[in-house]
Amino acid sequence: MPTVSDRHARLDMRSRALMSIRRFFTERDYVEVETPVRIETPALELHIDAEPSGDRYLRTSPELHMKRLVCEGMERVFQMGPCFRRGERGRRHSPEYTMLEWYRRDADYLDILDETRALLSRVCFDCLGATEFVYGGQAVTMSGSWSVLNVADAFVRWAGWNPVETYDADRFDLDLVEKIEPALPTGVPVALKDYPAEAAALARCRPDDPPVAERWELYVAGMELANAFGELTDPVEQRRRFEACAAARAKLGKAAYGLDEAFLKALEQGMPDCAGVALGVDRLVMLMTDSATIDEVRAF
Amino acid sequence: MFSASDLRKGLKVEIDGAPYIITEFNFTKPGKGQAIYNCKLKNLANGTTLTKSYRSNDKLDKPELAQHVLTYSYKDGDHYIFMDENYAQISMGADELGDARFFLVEDIEVEVLYHKGRPIEVVLPTFVEKEIVYTEPGARGDTATNVLKPGKIDTGYELSIPLFVNQGDIVKIDTRTGDYADRVLKKAQA
Repeated sequence: MPTVSDRHARLDMRSRALMSIRRFFTERDYVEVETPVRIETPALELHIDAEPSGDRYLRTSPELHMKRLVCEGMERVFQMGPCFRRGERGRRHSPEYTMLEWYRRDADYLDILDETRALLSRVCFDCLGATEFVYGGQAVTMSGSWSVLNVADAFVRWAGWNPVETYDADRFDLDLVEKIEPALPTGVPVALKDYPAEAAALARCRPDDPPVAERWELYVAGMELANAFGELTDPVEQRRRFEACAAARAKLGKAAYGLDEAFLKALEQGMPDCAGVALGVDRLVMLMTDSATIDEVRAF
Repeated sequence: MFSASDLRKGLKVEIDGAPYIITEFNFTKPGKGQAIYNCKLKNLANGTTLTKSYRSNDKLDKPELAQHVLTYSYKDGDHYIFMDENYAQISMGADELGDARFFLVEDIEVEVLYHKGRPIEVVLPTFVEKEIVYTEPGARGDTATNVLKPGKIDTGYELSIPLFVNQGDIVKIDTRTGDYADRVLKKAQA
C-alpha cells in the first residue's frame, strides 16, 4: 500500500511534468488555451459517454473547441485540463482525468508523431534526468527511434486477420486488447498507425486500397498513452460521420447528443490541414513513477 | 442476468452451468473502442481458474446459490452429520467437506454454500480448538517458539507445533491455513 509520502513524491513528479510540458510547447510557439469544460454537445463517439452537468455536459475532450480555434487561424494551440468520461473506472481509467491536447497547422499525423517523441524525451529528461525508465519491470527508452507498425500488419501477424480489408468492430476491440497489446514490441514506445476507415473517428482517410485512416495510437510499456489524427477537414464527411454515430448510439440505447453545429460551421468556412494529439497526462506520470494505478498519481 | 457493467471483484456468476467467483477484475478500453472487462474467475465447485474478457453487451447468468448455517453433531462412519436451522439432519461426505473435515468440533457452526442443492463450499469459524492427541515430548526447558515439531489431533490431521506444546494440551488452529495459532490450555500435570 503506497504511503502518504509516496503519493506526495508522485505529485511532485506530476508537477514537474506539467511544467516541462508547458515549457516544451511554449518554446515551440504554441499558445496555451482554455476552452469550456461545460459544453452543449460532446464530441460524438460511439463508446464515450459524457457526464451531464445541469443543462450541459462535462467535456469528454476539448477537441472540437480547439479545432475551432485552428479554423479561426490559430496555428499552434495546446491545452492541459480535466476531462470526464462517464462510467470509466479501472486501473488505468478514472472518470475524471487530465488530458493534454495539441493541434498544429500544416502538420500531418507523422510529423506530429515526431513531435510527440521530442516531447516525451524532453519531459522524461526534465523529470528523471534520463530518457529511460522502468515500468512494471519493463525498461523503456523514450529517445531514439520508436517502433511504428501498421494496424493491418499487426493484426495479420498476431490475430490472424486483416481488419483494414474486412472490419468487425467487436472482434477488433477484443483482439486489440487480448492479442495485439500483449504482443507489441517492448523496450521502446510503439505507434500503431493507419486504422481501418471504420475506426477513423475524427481522422481523415487516405485513398489507399483499401482506404486507411490517418490515425495512430501510442503505447508505452503496453500502456495506451496517446491518440492522434491527421484531422478530418471535410465538413460533408464530418457531418455524415456524426450522423452515423448518433444513429449507432441510438441503436445501442445510449444518451443522444446533438450535433455540434458551431464546429460544423467552422469546418464549412474552411479548416486548414492540421494534425492533433490527445495524451493522457496521468498515465504519463504513472509511467515515470512506476505506478500501477491511476489513483496513485492523482492528488485525490 | 448480469450485464458486463455489473462485473466486479467478488461477484459470483455462472458459466456453462458451473458457479464462479471473480477473483481479479479490470476495466479496460482500447482507444475509441468499447469497454472490455477482463476477469479472472475461480470455479467455486472445483477450484479451477480461468481468464475471460467480456464486452459491454455481454450477459452472464446468476448462479443459483443458497447459504445455510449448519451445526456439526457427530461422525457416523464415513459420514459427517450436521443439523440445519430446522433441526433436520444433513449428512456430508469427506469429498464434500474437503479439509474442513479435519477441524470439525462438536456443536460448532459452519456456513455451507450450496449450488443447485449441492454443497460446494464449507466455511468454518476462523479458529477452532483441538487437543493434541500425540506428539513427542520437547526437550526440557526449551521454550523457544520458532522451533517446531509435528503434532497430531483427533481427526488424524498433523500440524507443526512449538516444542513446548505437550500431548494433551489444547491448541488453537487457524482453519484457513490449517496452521497452529496458539496454546489455549496446558494439560494439568499428573
